[in-house]
Amino acid sequence: MAKKHKWIDLVKDPLNENNPITVQVLGICSALAITVKLMPAIVMALSVMVVLAFSNVIISLMRNYIPNRIRIIIQLLVVAALVILVDQILKAYAYDVSKQLSVFVGLIITNCIVMGRLEAFALGNKPWDSFLDGIGNGAGYGLVLIIVAFFRELLGSGTLFDKQVIPDSFYEMGYVNNAMMLLPAMALITLGIYIWVQRSMYPQLTEKD
Amino acid sequence: MKVIEKFFKKYEHLFLEGGKLEKYHPAYQAMYTFMFTPDETTQRGAHIRDAVDLKRVMFTVVLALIPATLFGMWNVGYQYFNQAGVDFTNWEAFVYGFWKVLPLIIVSYVVGLGIEFYFAILRGHEVNEGYLVTGLLIPLIMPVTIPLWILAISVAFAVVIGKEVFGGTGMNIVNPALTARAFAFFAYPTFMSGNEVWIPKPENADAYSGETILGALNQGKELAYTWWDMFVGTIPGSIGETSVIMILIGAVLLLYTRVASWRIMLSGVLGAALMALLFNMWGANELMRFPWWQHLLVGGLAFGIVFMATDPVTAAQTRVGKWIYGFMIGVFAILIRVFNPAYPEGVMLAILLMNVVAPTIDFYVVQSNIKRRMKRFNKQTA
Repeated sequence: MAKKHKWIDLVKDPLNENNPITVQVLGICSALAITVKLMPAIVMALSVMVVLAFSNVIISLMRNYIPNRIRIIIQLLVVAALVILVDQILKAYAYDVSKQLSVFVGLIITNCIVMGRLEAFALGNKPWDSFLDGIGNGAGYGLVLIIVAFFRELLGSGTLFDKQVIPDSFYEMGYVNNAMMLLPAMALITLGIYIWVQRSMYPQLTEKD
Repeated sequence: MKVIEKFFKKYEHLFLEGGKLEKYHPAYQAMYTFMFTPDETTQRGAHIRDAVDLKRVMFTVVLALIPATLFGMWNVGYQYFNQAGVDFTNWEAFVYGFWKVLPLIIVSYVVGLGIEFYFAILRGHEVNEGYLVTGLLIPLIMPVTIPLWILAISVAFAVVIGKEVFGGTGMNIVNPALTARAFAFFAYPTFMSGNEVWIPKPENADAYSGETILGALNQGKELAYTWWDMFVGTIPGSIGETSVIMILIGAVLLLYTRVASWRIMLSGVLGAALMALLFNMWGANELMRFPWWQHLLVGGLAFGIVFMATDPVTAAQTRVGKWIYGFMIGVFAILIRVFNPAYPEGVMLAILLMNVVAPTIDFYVVQSNIKRRMKRFNKQTA
C-alpha cells in the first residue's frame, strides 16, 4: 500500500496505459451523453477533474479516521458537496454550457471514475499523491471525451466550438452532415474505434483470454 | 483459360514465402481461387468431400438475386419515364435503369472488396466470399437516387463495424447489408426516405411524386396502385424490393438448393400475416385498415424475409429457434410499420433486432432440449 509513486507516473499513466475510460472502462455513460459538442465536453472534463482531484485530497486526509463500514457514505458526502459547488459555479459563470450539460453535472456524483479512484487510491495514499492521481485520471477522462467530441462535432454538425469549419463549397457539392454522429449509438461506436486504435498501438493493453 | 493460368503461375513465386510480395499472398490467392479451383489438397485428417462450399452457396444467392436486380433496373426506368410523361419502350426503360443502378453496384463492390482485401492481408488469412452477396444486396435495398459517396461510406461502415471487428465472414452478429442501410437511414435520412428519393427526378418536371405505398398510407392518402401493381412491382421503392414475383423466383431457387431455410421464410410470412390481421380487426388508421395480405406485398417485407432473414450466419441455428426467429421478424416488421410514424418501413429494424436476439433464442432452445432429455433420462432410470 505504501508504495512510493513517482509523481510523473501518477499523472501520465491514466492518459494512456491506465486510462479510466478505455482501459478501466469507467464513466462510460457520461462519455456517451455529452460528447455531441466539443465545448460541453471540455467543461465536463474540467468539472470531473476538479471534483476528482479535491475529493481525492479530502478523502486521503481523512483516510485514517474513516470507519471502514461507512466509508462509501462519507465518500458520497464529500463528492456531492464538491459537485454542488462545481454546479453552482458553472451556473454563475457559464450558464449556457451549464444548460447544455443539464443533469450530467449532477450525475458526476455517480460517475464511477470518482468512486473508483477514491476506493482504489485515495483510501491508501497520501494527499499529494492522491491529488496527482485525481488530476491524472481527470485528464485521461477528458482526453477521451475531447477526442470523441471532436469527431462527433466535426462529422455530425460540421462545426468545432460551434464555428463552422467545413467550407460551404463542400455543402454545395452535395456533402451532408452525418446525423447518426449526433446519436449516442455513434458515440459508443466512436469510443469502440478509439479503443481499437489504442490497443493496436499498444498491444500490451489487450486482455488475455 | 490457359493464358490466365500461365499468368498466375508466372507470378506465383513472388507471393510465396520468401517472395517479394509475400504479404499480399491472401490477395493473390483470392484472385486465383476466384478463377480456378485451388490446386492444393488437404494434408491430413478426415474430411467430408462435397461440392457445396462457401463459394457455391454464395453464388447461389447471387443467382437468386439476379431476377430482382434486372426487374429493379427496368422499374427505375419505368417509374422515371412515367413521371417524365414521355413515351418509352420496355427496352429503353431497362437501359435507363441499368445505367442508374450499375454505378451503385460497382461502388458497393469496389469499396467493400477493397476493405475485405485490406483486412485479409493485415491478418494474413484468406479473402472470404461473403462479400459477393452483401455487395449486391446493399445497392438493392437503397433508393436509386442515393449519392455514391453516401453509399461508399455506408458500405465501409457496414464492412468494418458490422463484420470485420467481429472477425470477418461467419462471425458477424448483424447482417452487414442491413447495417449499411441502417447506417445510411439514420445518418442521412433525407436521402433515404420521403417522396423524392425513389425515382430519379425528371428534368422537365417541377413537381412529381414518387411516394412509396407505406409512405402514402402513413399520411392517410389515397393509393394510386392496385394490388396487382404491388405484386408485379411497378411501384416506387428501393431498387430490388418492389417485385414480389421476382423475389419469389429467387426464393424458389434458394429453397430448391436448400441454401435458405424454409422455416424462417414461412414463419416470417405467418408472423407478418397474423400481426396485420390483428391490426385489420382494430382498424384505427389507414395503415391498420390496409388489408393484411397486401401488407405482405408492399415495402421490403418479401425481400427482407427471403434474402436477409435467412442469412445463415445471423439467423437462429436451431430448428425451433428458426420458427421463433422468423415469426418474430414478421410480427415486429408490421408492428413497427403501423405504430412508428417515423419509420414507415420496419422490416430492416425487425431483422436487425432479431439478429441480435437470435443467439439468446438458440440458447434457450438448447437449454430446454437438455432439460427435456434429462427428464426422460431420469424417468427411465428411476
